[in-house]
Amino acid sequence: MAAGWVKATRQGEVALLVLGGAWTLDGLRALDAELARTLRGEPMPRVRFDADAIDRLDTAGAWLIARTERALAARGAVVEPVELSAEWRELLGLARAVPDEPLPAPPPVGIMALLIRLGAATVHAGHEALLLVTFLGQIMVAAGRTLVQPWRLRGAAVVRQIERTGVDALPIVGLLAFLIGIVLSFQGADQLRRFGAEIFAVNLLGISVLRELGVLLTAIIVAGRSGSSFTAQIGAMEVNEEIDALRTIGLDPIEVLVLPRVIGLVITLPLLTVFANLMALLGGCLMVVVALDVPAAQVLRQLAGSVTTTTLWVGLVKAPVFAFLIAMVGCYEGMRVSRSADSVGRLTTTSVVLSIFLVILVDALFSVLFVQLGI
Amino acid sequence: MPAGPAIRLRGIVNRFGPTTVHDGVDLDVERGEVLALIGGSGSGKSVLLRTIVGLRRPQAGTIELLGERIDKDVPPALRARYGMLFQDGALFSSLTVARNIQVPIRERYRLPERLLDELARLKLSLVGLPCAAGAKLPAELSGGMRKRAGLARALALDPELLFLDEPTAGLDPIAAAAFDELIGSLQRSLGLTVVMVTHDLDSLIRIADRIAVLVDRRIVVGTIDALRRHPDPWLQAYFGGVRGRAALAAATAGG
Repeated sequence: MAAGWVKATRQGEVALLVLGGAWTLDGLRALDAELARTLRGEPMPRVRFDADAIDRLDTAGAWLIARTERALAARGAVVEPVELSAEWRELLGLARAVPDEPLPAPPPVGIMALLIRLGAATVHAGHEALLLVTFLGQIMVAAGRTLVQPWRLRGAAVVRQIERTGVDALPIVGLLAFLIGIVLSFQGADQLRRFGAEIFAVNLLGISVLRELGVLLTAIIVAGRSGSSFTAQIGAMEVNEEIDALRTIGLDPIEVLVLPRVIGLVITLPLLTVFANLMALLGGCLMVVVALDVPAAQVLRQLAGSVTTTTLWVGLVKAPVFAFLIAMVGCYEGMRVSRSADSVGRLTTTSVVLSIFLVILVDALFSVLFVQLGI
Repeated sequence: MPAGPAIRLRGIVNRFGPTTVHDGVDLDVERGEVLALIGGSGSGKSVLLRTIVGLRRPQAGTIELLGERIDKDVPPALRARYGMLFQDGALFSSLTVARNIQVPIRERYRLPERLLDELARLKLSLVGLPCAAGAKLPAELSGGMRKRAGLARALALDPELLFLDEPTAGLDPIAAAAFDELIGSLQRSLGLTVVMVTHDLDSLIRIADRIAVLVDRRIVVGTIDALRRHPDPWLQAYFGGVRGRAALAAATAGG
């Protein structure tokens, strides 16, 4: 099939544009360029078209014809409308009906837009913080009500959450803690060897795991594992209008969905932390025994000498706080899901990032507090 | 243009595990006609549609689209000759409507941005959307507008064949009627062959030339009048039920 073409000739005063070939999307680029060239030539005060040679036409081709008519008329030319055979007349009619307004411009880019975005993000973050505090208040109200009327607590749901967030997380938490313990004592011993003090790697291990790493590692794993699944679960329910259904039935979603998750996680995270501490110490001590060839009894004596119960509690006391933060953020982001499915994914990401951020922030605050208290 | 039907199905068998959904489906769709595909819930209407457009390979049977036999994958050149409107538009949610419409065009042609924008405007105008809708994201549109935008994307390459999956589902009656009218007029002016899965009796009466019904894992094709007299109980209930009679009466009264 012949490609589309256009030829300009003259009949006295009148410019004759002869159109032919296939006016379709296939050859649109070439046709567009050819039309622009033709129209750039000498002025055409009167224009007539001859479109009899067109043997194929689609909407894109029809649009080029309609656009050319329009452009010529806009230049003040007297244009005789294009005549097409019956089968394509409607097509041209559709193309002529396209309104003559450009697509709205995309949002501006540059330094100003950057500033606008920065400002909007700041306001947004402040607003978010306020909403999160409001949510904290709602959880407190529901918790208070449950304290006064303990039978309102959904025991089965709490137990299920403990299973999902605790028991199911044991393998991954244990394995990662074990590996971190190995890495920590290996690196510690490597550095301390220069001073002939390899055995103090055990002190390093005991204190860093019990005070900081055990709980922090567990919290981060749980934020990625359970915090995200809270958002996804509650978010999916929100998409499916289940939350609205709960409200319609007269149930409080905070009480039914959020409270069991918060209570469950506050119970499990400290327990998981104890487990992670144990596994990290096990991994670290094993490393020292195997790699440094120190008798196990001596390693254990060194460990017992370096840590106290206070060391353990300093780490463990943070676990329920972290658990509360993770569960709260996870549920909060889940409740914010709108009816579109893609917001579930977006908010799940937000939930993990925000809860890890808060966990580390609060951990730093705890450090300051402990320094002040002299612990 | 080559003769022969736009779509020819022979002996299509679709199975999901132990359940057989289609057991030897034969169907011819003529060029330029509007064929509606109906059937009860779970009768496999959508499965058949997905089979025809190549999203699913049947366990047995042959498919011919526009005279080309489809064996394994649909060749890209053939893919450009049909468009599909999914139930809720299936617009790419991260792209603006105009960008959505340009996706198939950008994939196949290298055109200047100016021309791409003009084509987006043209398609928006075809489906009756204002130019301003082009800059919006799909989430900012109403259900009816999303369907129109989805239709604009399906029409981006000027296909010969158009597949519609429940085009009026989820629309209010006024929007549904307007959408029917849009499909009817586009079908006439662009010379489209349309295959649509629908439940909507009004759509059937208003725009379908013929109706294909999935009955007992096979297909029965006919006009409304012929199918009304068909002995199948589902068809009897469909056309003879309260809604069916109301829609038919309205159509007769209306002209």
